[in-house]
Amino acid sequence: MSWIRKPVARHPNLPKNALGLTARDYEGSLSTLCAGCGHDSVTAGIVQAFWAESIEPHKAVKLSGIGCSSKTPTYFLGGAHGFNSVHGRMPSVATGANAARGDLTYIGISGDGDSLSIGLGQFAHAIRRNVNLTYVLENNGVYGLTKGQFSASADVGSKSKKGQINEARPIDPVMLALTLGATFVARSFSGDKDQLVPILRAAIRHKGFALIDVISPCVTFNDHKGSTKSFMYTRQHDHEVVEASFVELQKPIETKQGQGDATRVRLFDGSTVVLRSTADGYNPTDRNGVYHYLSECRDRGEVATGLLYLEENDSDMHSQNRTAGGDMVNVPFDVLCPGQDKLDALMSEFR
Amino acid sequence: MNTQTSTQPADLLPATAERVNDFAIRIATVNGTGSASANGLLMQAIFRMGIPISGKNVFPSNIQGLPTWYEIRVNGDGFTARTPHFDLVIAMNPQTYAQDVASVRSGGWLLHDSTWPMDDALQRDDIHFVGVPLAQLCAEHFEGSRTRILMKNIAYVGALVALLELDMDVVEQMLAEKFAKKPHLADANKVALALGRDFATANYSCPLPIRLEALNATADYVMIDGNTAAGLGCVFAGATVAPWYPITPSTSLVDAFTRFCKRFRTTEDGEKNYVIIQAEDELAAAGMTIGAAWAGARAFTSTSGAGISLMSEFLGLAYYAEIGGVFFNVQRTGPSTGMPTRTQQGDFFFTAYASHGDTNHICLYPAHPGECFTMARDAFDLAERFQTPVFVLSDLDIGMNDWMVKRLEWDDSYVPDRGKVLSAEQLDQMENFYRYLDVDGDEIPYRTVPGVSEKGAYFTRGSGHDKYGRYTEDSELYQEVVDRLKRKVQSARTASPQPIIERQDGAEFAIITVGANDAAVREAIARYNEAGVAVDYLRIRAFPFADSVQAFIEEHDDNYVVEGNRDGQIHRMLLLETTVARDAITSVRAYGGMPMSAFDVLSGIDAVRGGAPEGAQA
Repeated sequence: MSWIRKPVARHPNLPKNALGLTARDYEGSLSTLCAGCGHDSVTAGIVQAFWAESIEPHKAVKLSGIGCSSKTPTYFLGGAHGFNSVHGRMPSVATGANAARGDLTYIGISGDGDSLSIGLGQFAHAIRRNVNLTYVLENNGVYGLTKGQFSASADVGSKSKKGQINEARPIDPVMLALTLGATFVARSFSGDKDQLVPILRAAIRHKGFALIDVISPCVTFNDHKGSTKSFMYTRQHDHEVVEASFVELQKPIETKQGQGDATRVRLFDGSTVVLRSTADGYNPTDRNGVYHYLSECRDRGEVATGLLYLEENDSDMHSQNRTAGGDMVNVPFDVLCPGQDKLDALMSEFR
Repeated sequence: MNTQTSTQPADLLPATAERVNDFAIRIATVNGTGSASANGLLMQAIFRMGIPISGKNVFPSNIQGLPTWYEIRVNGDGFTARTPHFDLVIAMNPQTYAQDVASVRSGGWLLHDSTWPMDDALQRDDIHFVGVPLAQLCAEHFEGSRTRILMKNIAYVGALVALLELDMDVVEQMLAEKFAKKPHLADANKVALALGRDFATANYSCPLPIRLEALNATADYVMIDGNTAAGLGCVFAGATVAPWYPITPSTSLVDAFTRFCKRFRTTEDGEKNYVIIQAEDELAAAGMTIGAAWAGARAFTSTSGAGISLMSEFLGLAYYAEIGGVFFNVQRTGPSTGMPTRTQQGDFFFTAYASHGDTNHICLYPAHPGECFTMARDAFDLAERFQTPVFVLSDLDIGMNDWMVKRLEWDDSYVPDRGKVLSAEQLDQMENFYRYLDVDGDEIPYRTVPGVSEKGAYFTRGSGHDKYGRYTEDSELYQEVVDRLKRKVQSARTASPQPIIERQDGAEFAIITVGANDAAVREAIARYNEAGVAVDYLRIRAFPFADSVQAFIEEHDDNYVVEGNRDGQIHRMLLLETTVARDAITSVRAYGGMPMSAFDVLSGIDAVRGGAPEGAQA
């Protein structure tokens, strides 16, 4: 039962963030997913990232569609409002909530079925509108809750548990997002928390739509030999092209060494992301170049990971709209309602 | 018992009798030629002469080049329902000459452009042909084909100045207002008006027996369409988020909201206290509306029947997760794409029970633009108070045609009913917060909005949940919640707009109707009264039905339920939702896509009762 609370006993020396909260304060109820599910690692990464960002839990909003991945918002941020919506429609609910309260921090959890089949339209249009939302696509190439059908992200030649070979071409959310003009495009692996957490932190800070495609193997239906979304396949074919280090308040700290040049991207709130390419000549701010490079990786059968593309500007949905403040819920009624005198004056125009 | 109505008009009125302020005009033009502004000018001028009037735009689903008609009814007694009987037809479109000649009532007039001869085969000897060489006159006085086409329209208005005694001063004043910033256009329009007027005066005996005479019957009224009034109502009610997808005939509702928001909701710095999102489809529009309402905003979307079909998935979610949002359904003719530019009341049943599983929704039924304005406000109050989606069902006739309604008014002491929303302070004082717990025993739980406090946080889901908001697959815990939901929505019947009931001494039977048919039914009742037959009247204004609806039906042996759809949807809902005797209510319907006329009502009822009262034809 997903509402069962975890034990309240805590280790006395857990580190505290700027709000004095420990990572435990960012957890939710116990996961009911299969033991070893990649999604639980993503959940742990989200807990870590929100804790590290010192976001008050109730100032966060978590949303999802339908599917195994969409169950996970119950397992993190117990102090945040959550919305488990309908299949493939989380982007519209998130867009509406964000339209009303643009001052909160939004994270949406979806899967490859939820985003790339039934919800492809809403996924694309949320990108197009640049809704300020961290969008985590937990991608396992398979329908878990309905027991093992291929999803739209399954690769050609990938084998299902029942032995079927997938013939249909996959939809790659990263390539799609790049062509749709997404301002933050990342891919990670649920088995690589060191990579995932800095990407999540940067995504939370990013002003606009941030896609994180997380390869998150399904241990029950898609972790066998012949699957291209298994733990083994992903570990063997993972090719990290960009390391992201997240740096707060314009004090660049590079935590990891890599080859190639570092690119610093200043986020709208003043913090900085340092992107260090591990591939020669890779420029994570050149959309066309990124697309070209990732196409070649795909042709070689490599799964390119990292914060692959980042563009920071003031063009999210509210900026485009020129909304007064981010909060449409608490505007005083006398500001919203013109009143009888103005109605009287208006009525004379209808004669 | 069900009957079907005929739309064939009966023609009883003597053609040559003088009829002041009591006639109907049909203007046949081609869409995209500028006739709409001429027709608007004509209608507004009559309105400013103080004479009650209505206009119905009968237009194609097309941008340019197809036939379009504009119908104007003038009635000094204030009966402004559509009438299918045309005393004067202005035939400006040769494509439809045959149809237009045939549509003139016997003894009536046909005004046509006599620049070219009319086919002898179209002649009728029971009507008067009034030829005005409009194209020739305009060719002689104006340069450029576009101007000539536009001015032809103004020239026929000029002819009507003479033929109907339309007040020239009023028309010229309106042109001066309209073209205040473009005086050369005002001058051109005046020339065109004079051309038509002078030709008619010189060649025909003016005025015709049908004519206008100034009254003082419109002083407290405005001319406004329902979509404009509803959009304005949303601004006044404090709506801030409006996601939508364009669809005829609802588009102008969000257009109006946009226009009034720009005017009333923009800060000095040019920033907006509103968010309007053109969604990718109606599905997304519904999702965004629900997302915004969940986050605490007053949010609405506007659509037509086809859009409601797409929104149905989300409507079930909003019902079950108890999220208020307002859904305007400006109905058009279905099923499927149907006739997008014709009206119908075809979505009553669907909207009342939209979505899979056991669902029912609060629906409001405005009868005219004035109620579109007030019911917009009511809808937000009900949606927030009962935490459930609320529909406002108007239709193309109400939404897109200009109606004469009482000046809209607003009570500045109005305070939005936000329902049971908990603040951080209130949450602090509570031991526990459970989203779906009926604490007060009134079926309505307390809600919180995101951002308020950790204590108020909860997980919203469309999956099975118990009264504490926890996921459940337990039969009893599931039923406990859905049973309360049913009682909750039912309880809205006392808080929704109550039926309009008008009783007459010694009524022989009763008529029940809904929405825009109000005007036609009132006119039909007046005809019955003239024939010495008293009739009781009830107009339903909301679903779930008020208790007074059942009580009213039980007062009468014969109740006729008049509505604008094939299947008698309100009739069917009355049988489902009340315990009235099946033979106490009889369905009367007109559903061909045109606004209902008194003739439809009378002939429909007479077909069942037999023996129409003498002179009871509209």
